[in-house]
Amino acid sequence: MIDALTVAIGVTALALAAWCGFAAYRDEPTKDWHFIGMAVVSLLGIIQLVVGLVQLGSGGTPKDGTAIFVAYLIGAAACVPATGFLSLSERTRWGSATVAAGAVVLAVLEVRLFDIWGGGHA
Amino acid sequence: MPETSAGSRTPKAAADGARRSLGTGPGRLLVALYGVFTVAAASRAAYQLIAQFDRAPLAYILSAVSAVVYAFILFSLVRGGEGARRAAVVCCALELVGVLGVGTWTLVDRSAFPDATVWSNFGMGYLFIPIFLPVTGLLWLRRARRA
Repeated sequence: MIDALTVAIGVTALALAAWCGFAAYRDEPTKDWHFIGMAVVSLLGIIQLVVGLVQLGSGGTPKDGTAIFVAYLIGAAACVPATGFLSLSERTRWGSATVAAGAVVLAVLEVRLFDIWGGGHA
Repeated sequence: MPETSAGSRTPKAAADGARRSLGTGPGRLLVALYGVFTVAAASRAAYQLIAQFDRAPLAYILSAVSAVVYAFILFSLVRGGEGARRAAVVCCALELVGVLGVGTWTLVDRSAFPDATVWSNFGMGYLFIPIFLPVTGLLWLRRARRA
């Protein structure tokens, strides 16, 4: 369950990064549709946080330790909302570039989360 | 396009005052990246210093130093103004020296580093962003002075 979610968020984060990166390339600020996209990715991040905590609560143990796992879960959930707020007050192409960067960071965090949980065989 | 572009045109914001914020325009992207690295380096250093200090004290202390440098640059960028800009230039230079120094050190003397730091191998574990960040920061801070 959590592995599938991790992969799904990684893929959607990369898609969001490409989309906002394209907006930055076209010299456009983030628009309503972008914010809907960010909301979807953010929602997935929050679901992942909840699922991760539930898994911990029901006896699951991450390969690399609980503290690191929780820290990465929180970071992943906060990443896109934080850059989204930054782009709200930066109505230029650089706001779009900021969201794209945040989404790339999220994708990297998902790769790390996959390892930390001990993905695949756990 | 009514929006300002990244190129040679100066942003409209430059017209309405000498105290231009360092955290707008391209600076906003830098704020985001420095924010990410502040959180990453600080939480990493905090965890390692508390949980496994004996394993590689030098590496963990260097991670903590990098976290402080990142946090200070982030603070300067958000605060803006000439004084903060100068302080940020010094810190970005320090950051660049740190990345190059620690990067070389980790390659030359591997035995001193049983565990990695944020700046090990020129920031390879972080997609080499740590080595591009101070260079971009210095370029941006230089341009912000002229605007």
